[in-house]
Amino acid sequence: MSVVNRGFGGRRAEPARQLPPGQHLTADFPVLQAGPTPRIDLDDWRFTIREQRGAEHCWTWTQLKLLPIERPTVDIHCVTTWSKLDTKWEGVSLDTLFESVDTSAEFALVGSYGGYTTNIPVADLLGGKAWIVYAYQGEPLSPVHGGPARLLVPHLYFWKSAKWVRSIELRDNDIPGFWEGLGYHGYGDPWREQRYAGD
Amino acid sequence: MMTEPMHVDGNAAAGGFSEVLGFDVTTAMLICAGCGRVGVFAESHVYHRAPGIVVRCPDCEHVLARLVQTPTDVWLDLRGAQSWRIPVPAQ
Amino acid sequence: MDGGLTAKLQWRVARVVDSSPETESARTIGLAVPGWGGHLAGQHIDLKLTAEDGYSAQRSYSLSRPVDGELIEITVQEVADGEVSPYLTGVSPGEQIELRGPIGGWFVWRPAEEARILLVAGGSGIVPLMAMLRQRISMGSAEFRLVYSVRSPADVYYAKELGRLERDCDWLRVALIYTRVAASQTARPPGRIGVAELEVPGWTADDSLRVYVCGPTGFVESVTTKLIEQGHRPSAIRTERFGPSG
Repeated sequence: MSVVNRGFGGRRAEPARQLPPGQHLTADFPVLQAGPTPRIDLDDWRFTIREQRGAEHCWTWTQLKLLPIERPTVDIHCVTTWSKLDTKWEGVSLDTLFESVDTSAEFALVGSYGGYTTNIPVADLLGGKAWIVYAYQGEPLSPVHGGPARLLVPHLYFWKSAKWVRSIELRDNDIPGFWEGLGYHGYGDPWREQRYAGD
Repeated sequence: MMTEPMHVDGNAAAGGFSEVLGFDVTTAMLICAGCGRVGVFAESHVYHRAPGIVVRCPDCEHVLARLVQTPTDVWLDLRGAQSWRIPVPAQ
Repeated sequence: MDGGLTAKLQWRVARVVDSSPETESARTIGLAVPGWGGHLAGQHIDLKLTAEDGYSAQRSYSLSRPVDGELIEITVQEVADGEVSPYLTGVSPGEQIELRGPIGGWFVWRPAEEARILLVAGGSGIVPLMAMLRQRISMGSAEFRLVYSVRSPADVYYAKELGRLERDCDWLRVALIYTRVAASQTARPPGRIGVAELEVPGWTADDSLRVYVCGPTGFVESVTTKLIEQGHRPSAIRTERFGPSG
């Protein structure tokens, strides 16, 4: 039935390169969140990788900041249709964090302070595809954008780049996270427009 | 440092929930499965700048309900309340 | 008639019939909705705008007037980088907009209810409360007190009408609270609402009193805390929190 409102949505910039289907470029950085902004004391902050049988690998904030730094510049694509190109981040590659983890697990459930979860295949977290990032555009990551640290997995829709990340649980079976269990796609490849379950 | 709260309330979520459920949800009394608080849907904390609508207990922030609208379906998660008590208008 | 709570809620097409400035940055928009079944003061509608590429955005707007056949009215604040408000403040009569409503059975005033009503508005939170006052003109016998917090005199919606109502009606008193820039004739220096401004001489928190608070979340929660400190029962306070407009 849709009415089309001419003039609505018309002030969009032209992207420098092709965007995934159905996306448009945004000039600002929209803040989307499913709950209150967690306030985490850096002294209390921990990041944990938990293996299938319970073995844990844990980093404090100090330990995280001592790890080799990478500065990825990436395009990001939100399932609500906005995209940003050439966003600049600073953090630690998951390949570095997984160096001490010997696992056969295929699947991961990422967990955040505040209770948010998202599921990602382990293969999509490794090979230079994912980071724990703590700075954006040269500044410490602000709480509303996921600070002190968030996951960054830019080749998937941005709901997978969990804000306020705290853990990765390695699993032999895949279970859906917060949005994947309520209609969103299990994998979420923006180039195949995998927004919703069944796409 | 105090910052602006990021939530609105159940009035803002009412259109989406009421349309799919077929009744006005704002006056429903929900018992939070997290802390047992009894409160009207209208007073819940709602986060609606998200891929879906998230309705939380104003006391403990437990997720009371969620709604996702896709092109073909509405997905509902109502597990977070022990019960919904809905006033029925007198006939 | 409890219009607005029994009909099936669904998206339908409305037509803009009128658009006029309310302040320098806000416009009041009149819409005709074929088959509108009526509504209660305090209820709102959801609007949906769809771009040519199929992208759509929704926003909620409170109805500023009581039932008037198929005509409804909203007041929209223009926000500079907003996604929706620049379009709405520029619509012309004849244009079509999808809407859903009326919505909400909690933040409503029925003319038969309560003897004393305290209304507390923060900025554009005045809109649903104005519907209640406009309803009271023709129905009911409640006494109303309005405490209306705005940044400056230029931000007051419905200024002339509120002045006239206060002069002509013995059931209404209005207190304007300026938070940034005061009017030249006011004695009170600019600043946020304090506990004192929420007290109504001669009114105590009892069974025949109800309070409606509407505005941005921070405003509503701060005012509600003060009201409860003053002795109002939480169950006598109805609230509606707006997010940042845009």
